[in-house]
Amino acid sequence: MVKEKTRNTVLMQGNEAIARGTLDAGLDFFAGYPITPSTEIAELCSRELPKRGGKFIQMEDEIASISAIIGASLAGAKTMTATSGPGFSLMTEGIGFAKMTETPCVVVNVMRGGPSTGSPTKPSQADIMQSRWGNHGDAPAIVLYPNSVKESYELAIRAMNLAEKYRTCVVLLSDEVLGHMRETIELPDLSKIKILKRIQPSIPPEWYKHYPENPKYPMPMASFGEGYRYHVTGLAHDSNGFPTNLGSEVQSMSVRLQKKIVNNIDDIVQIESFQMDDAKIAIFAAGITSRAAKEAVVMARRKGVKVGMLRPLTIWPFPDRAVKKYLGDKKAVIVPELNEGQLSNELKRVMGGIWNYDIRKTKNIIEIQKFSGQLITPDEILATIKEVK
Amino acid sequence: MEKIPQKKIHQYLRHDKKFPHVWCAGCSNGIVLGSTIRAIAQLDYKKDDIAMVSGIGCSSRMPVYVDFNTLHSLHGRAIAYATGIKMYKPEMKVIVVTGDGDATAIGGNHFIHAARRNLDLTVILINNNIYGMTGGQFSPTTPIGARATTSMYGNIDPTFDICRLAKGSGATFVARTSAFHAQEAQNFIRAGLQHKGFSVIEIVSACPVIYGRLNRKGDASKMMLWMKENVIPVKAYEKLPDDKKEDKITRGILVQEERQEYTEAYENLMQSLKPEAGDK
Ligand SMILES: Cc1ncc(C[n+]2csc(CCOP(=O)(O)OP(=O)(O)O)c2C)c(N)n1
Repeated sequence: MVKEKTRNTVLMQGNEAIARGTLDAGLDFFAGYPITPSTEIAELCSRELPKRGGKFIQMEDEIASISAIIGASLAGAKTMTATSGPGFSLMTEGIGFAKMTETPCVVVNVMRGGPSTGSPTKPSQADIMQSRWGNHGDAPAIVLYPNSVKESYELAIRAMNLAEKYRTCVVLLSDEVLGHMRETIELPDLSKIKILKRIQPSIPPEWYKHYPENPKYPMPMASFGEGYRYHVTGLAHDSNGFPTNLGSEVQSMSVRLQKKIVNNIDDIVQIESFQMDDAKIAIFAAGITSRAAKEAVVMARRKGVKVGMLRPLTIWPFPDRAVKKYLGDKKAVIVPELNEGQLSNELKRVMGGIWNYDIRKTKNIIEIQKFSGQLITPDEILATIKEVK
Repeated sequence: MEKIPQKKIHQYLRHDKKFPHVWCAGCSNGIVLGSTIRAIAQLDYKKDDIAMVSGIGCSSRMPVYVDFNTLHSLHGRAIAYATGIKMYKPEMKVIVVTGDGDATAIGGNHFIHAARRNLDLTVILINNNIYGMTGGQFSPTTPIGARATTSMYGNIDPTFDICRLAKGSGATFVARTSAFHAQEAQNFIRAGLQHKGFSVIEIVSACPVIYGRLNRKGDASKMMLWMKENVIPVKAYEKLPDDKKEDKITRGILVQEERQEYTEAYENLMQSLKPEAGDK
C-alpha cells in the first residue's frame, strides 16, 4: 500500500521550525533586532505575521524588543522575540521584568560562541548559565533546548504554552548548527496540536487580583483595555500589583515566583533516556551535542560496551531528580559540551551527595569540552568511552 | 473655559491606599498629573481605553495614582513598552509619562525611533533638569554650569533641547510649556491626545528640594515665578534682543503636522496582503 503523502512533510531549517512552531502555537506579536545566527526567525515572522493579522516590528535594539513584547503581552498578545548571546545579554533586565510581573513571553537564544561578539557563525552552548541567571535578583527560569529541527518546532510550541501556563518568560535555546541545519519533518495537523489559550478572568473586575495569593495554573490573566484595570510594576508589589515595602509582602511575592516553578517541576521537566537501563557508562548531553552522543552510544553498543545517554530537553529547572535516578549508579558519566563545563558543574552539584563527590579525586564525571566553534564528534566521545576503566 | 465637574475628574484617580503620593513638597509632578487627568476628562475618555506607561524616576511614579491600565516599566524603556501595547491594540490611547533622564539619556534611542515611526503615542515629558529619584545627578537637560551631585563644580555637558530633538526625529506634534502654566499644559496634553501620531509635550517643572536647593533657586514658589517669567511664548521670545534670549525657554505648540501614522501603515500593509475577493 502506498503511504498517503501528507501535505505537511517539509524540508525545514531549525530557525524556521522555531518560527513555525510559535506561529502554530498562536504567536500574535514579534519584536526583534537582527543578530546572527537567529535572524531567520525574525525574517520568517516578518513575512507570516502580517498575513495572519499578527504584528511584526523590527525595533531599534534588543532592549526595545523585549520591552515591546512584554507590553504587547499585557495587551493580550502571545509574544516572542529571538536573538543570540549579545542580544540576550541586553534583554536580561527585561527578562527579569517579565518574570517579576508574571507576563508571558518567549525569548529564543540561538547560541553562538562568546564571550562578547565571539564567533557569530559558529555554534556554542555557553549560554546555559546565562539563560538560567539572565536576570538580577532571585528568580527561577524555564529553559528548553531541542536537538533537532523536529524538536525545535515542538519545543517552540511547548515554550509558548509554558509561558502562558506559568505566566513567565520562557527561554528557548538553540545553537548555530541546529538553527541553520535542514531536516525533513512532518508537521502535525494544526487541530492535533495542544495550544494553550490565555485564560481570561471570569470574575467581576472589582474582585480581580493580578497576582492572586494562591493561584492555580494556568492562571487567568486580564488584558489591558478589557475592563480589568490593574497596575504593573517591576517594584516589589502586593497581590494587587501596587508597590510595597512590607517585608512579609515582599517575601511572599518572591516565594510565589519560586514556588510556581519548583512545585511544578514534573510538569515542566522533560528528559530523554536512551539505552540507559543496563548501561554502565552514561553520557549526559543536551542540544546539538546530544546527537553526537547518541551516535557514540550506538557505535559503542555495536562493540558490546554498555553505554547510554541521558538528555535534558528542559535544561532549567535542572532535572535533579532524573539525574539522580538515572546516573546515580553509573561507573562514569561523560559530559560533552561546547563550553567550559556549565552542564558538568551542575551535574557535580546534584551528584555531590550521592557519589560523595570529590572534585579533585573522582573520575566519575569525565568532561569533553570544546569552545573552538567546532562540534564534538561521535568518535571523540567514543574514544573517551574507551578510556573508562 | 468650561468647568469640569470634580466628580468627572475624580473618577480617573485611584482612591484606595494610593494617596498621599510619593512626591516631595513643591514638586511639579502633581500639577502635571492634574493637567493630565483634566485633559482626559475634557475628552471624556473611557478609563478602559487608556493605558498609561512610565519608566523609572519620580515622574514615572504617576501611573500608580490613575485608574487606567497602568505599567511602571524599566528605566528608559517606557516608550518601547508602550510600542508593544499600541501595536497590538491600536484602538487604545497610550500615554507615556517620563522624565528628562528617562526619556533622553537611557531612553534616548527609543524616543527618537518612536518619533521616526510616528507611532501614535502621547509622551508627557516632565523636565526637571535633574535626576530626581536617584538624588540629584545631572541629566541631559541640566544647563551648562548648573550644580548637581555629580557636577558640583558646574556641569560641563551640553544640554539637549528636547523639543528640537523630537522634531528632528520626526515627531508630528511637539509642544512645550511649564508647570506654572498648568492650564496651557492641560490644553497641550489634550491636543496631543487628539493628534494622530507621535506627540511630545515637554513640561518644564520644578524640583525645589534637589535642583532648586543645589542651584539656589529658592523655594517652590520662587521656582514657579521663575517659570512664569522665563518660559515665554514663542512670539515673545522672537521679539527679544539676542542677549536677552539666552536664559529664556520657549513655550507653545512647536510642531503640528500630518504624516502617516505607524499602526495605520501596518494596517495598510496587512490589507494589501489579504487575498482579493475571487482570488484562489
Ligand atoms: C538601568 C537603570 N539604571 C539606573 C537606574 C537608576 N535611576 C532611577 S531613576 C533615575 C533617573 C531619573 O531621572 P529622570 O528620568 O530625569 O526622572 P525624575 O526622577 O527626575 O522624575 C536613575 C538614573 C535604574 N533604575 N535603572
